[in-house]
Amino acid sequence: MNDQDARQAVGAAIGKVAPDVEPEDLEGGARLRQDLELDSLDFLRLVQVIAETTGVDIPEADYPAVATVDGLVTYVAGHG
Amino acid sequence: MADFRMPSLGADMEHGKVVEWLVKPGDYVHKGDLVAAVDTDKTVMDIESFQEGVVAEFLVDIGDTVDVGTPIARITATPAELPPSQPQPPAPPLTSGTLSPDARSPLATEAPTPAHLGAEGGHAEPSAKISPPVRHLAHTLGVDVGRISGSGDDGEVTRDDVERAAEASGAGERHVEARATEVPSPPAEARRVRSSPLARRLAAELGVDLSGLAGTGPGGAVTEEDVLSGVPPKKPQTDEAAEAPPSDAHTPEPGVPLEEAPKRQRPTAVGGKAESLRQAIGALMSRSKKEIPHYYLSTTLDLAAAMAWMQAANQQRPVSSRLVPSALLLKATALAAKEVPDMNGFFTKGAFQPSSGVHLGVAVALRHGGLVAPALHDADTLTLDELMDQLRDLVGRARAGRLQRAEMADPTITVTNLGDLGVESVYGVIYPPQVAMVGFGKVLEQPWAHNGMLGIRHAATATLSADHRVSDGLRGGRFLARIDELLQAPENL
Repeated sequence: MNDQDARQAVGAAIGKVAPDVEPEDLEGGARLRQDLELDSLDFLRLVQVIAETTGVDIPEADYPAVATVDGLVTYVAGHG
Repeated sequence: MADFRMPSLGADMEHGKVVEWLVKPGDYVHKGDLVAAVDTDKTVMDIESFQEGVVAEFLVDIGDTVDVGTPIARITATPAELPPSQPQPPAPPLTSGTLSPDARSPLATEAPTPAHLGAEGGHAEPSAKISPPVRHLAHTLGVDVGRISGSGDDGEVTRDDVERAAEASGAGERHVEARATEVPSPPAEARRVRSSPLARRLAAELGVDLSGLAGTGPGGAVTEEDVLSGVPPKKPQTDEAAEAPPSDAHTPEPGVPLEEAPKRQRPTAVGGKAESLRQAIGALMSRSKKEIPHYYLSTTLDLAAAMAWMQAANQQRPVSSRLVPSALLLKATALAAKEVPDMNGFFTKGAFQPSSGVHLGVAVALRHGGLVAPALHDADTLTLDELMDQLRDLVGRARAGRLQRAEMADPTITVTNLGDLGVESVYGVIYPPQVAMVGFGKVLEQPWAHNGMLGIRHAATATLSADHRVSDGLRGGRFLARIDELLQAPENL
């Protein structure tokens, strides 16, 4: 999956989990927990939505790598 | 005949807005069936019936905001069980397919939600042939028309039939007596009075007999103003107001002073949901801090075993059934609360009532600000997977604003898990009438001395805010220590 598709998939997934997050909040450096205020259940749901829409399953051990929007995009692009 | 009243959906709830009826007049409801969706300052909740019977009529319109304890619908017991009733505002007769269009039309204008009634005649009670006024008379007299064989044309049930049946059962007599003592000039039979739902509700609350009023509304309908002008200067009705809300032991002070009645059309959600929620939280927390002598304890939980177990378990699982640390913390809290009953229950009327079930309130931060703390019922009996599923469901619905009454009203102890978003420790404010609040901080890797060695372990700070009227620090400390112990054997949670 290329970077652009991945970014789109990530944006859509975040929008689904946290509908109140505005697209302009989705800067690359935004941290999912601290900046977008996703709690652990939201985050789990995000991982689930990503798996459903892109087929990329993020194991728990890789959670630290996907703590930011860019991190998640890179991960999805690299594994999809 | 029973009024279905706006229930209290939490100690801080003062009023609610009916946003949807989940039943319609004529429906048979069992105890526990969902009746309406109610918007509180916090969220939209589905509320259930506390009694069994037939929905006779709605007393409020969609969109009306009313105080807790206000009758919002009438639910009639099955006719045979009907006690002699005092004159009630007219219940819309159960419409059925046998009614001719012109017989229905005047009624349809009175039915609060004709849309719900229309075309659904199939749900009405089995249709003995009967005209609406006679049906209403039967209803008022507590006569089951289904058991009368009609003597009119085509077996139609007539007024005489109904009156005979009522006399036979004695219900009619008692009914007339009851009326005679209470109403100065009782009409011989219940007279239908055109009136708006609001007027009927006010009348029911204020003890005004609608049939004694001259209506000034369209078609002579009795309006809200007519009802208010018909209020006797001195109302002997306080006892009725005082018996207001449903029977939950922990509902807030029931009596809605009558003087406030006209005010009840309060503007809904002043300044938006977030602000009214903020006000509700502020009021409740002020009350808590004023009434509850809090004491606070804190301990550090060793989560090495719990996190190792969870991570190993999650590796075997698809993402849809993975666990989060909160699930383990919640389960351990529920088990500990079961063992230390002084933490689990309600303090009402000057005494503590421990609860046999552990209904674990989970504080859920809402995205637009504020929080709600709905309950995971019998959390101590759930497996971790069940608890996790319910937690996802509950949090999802809390955020979407769709909780059920029981979930909001009956947590017996609450957990706040603010650590999930980063803080190391959180000292909660107890939700009255509960007596304890547990707070979990962030799960962190920390240096940990063990057996003379320094290592790194996952740990989190657990805090307890508890009610000194019920327990002391020693007991509270035991409760926190028990949570820690339970987390050392996560496979048994």
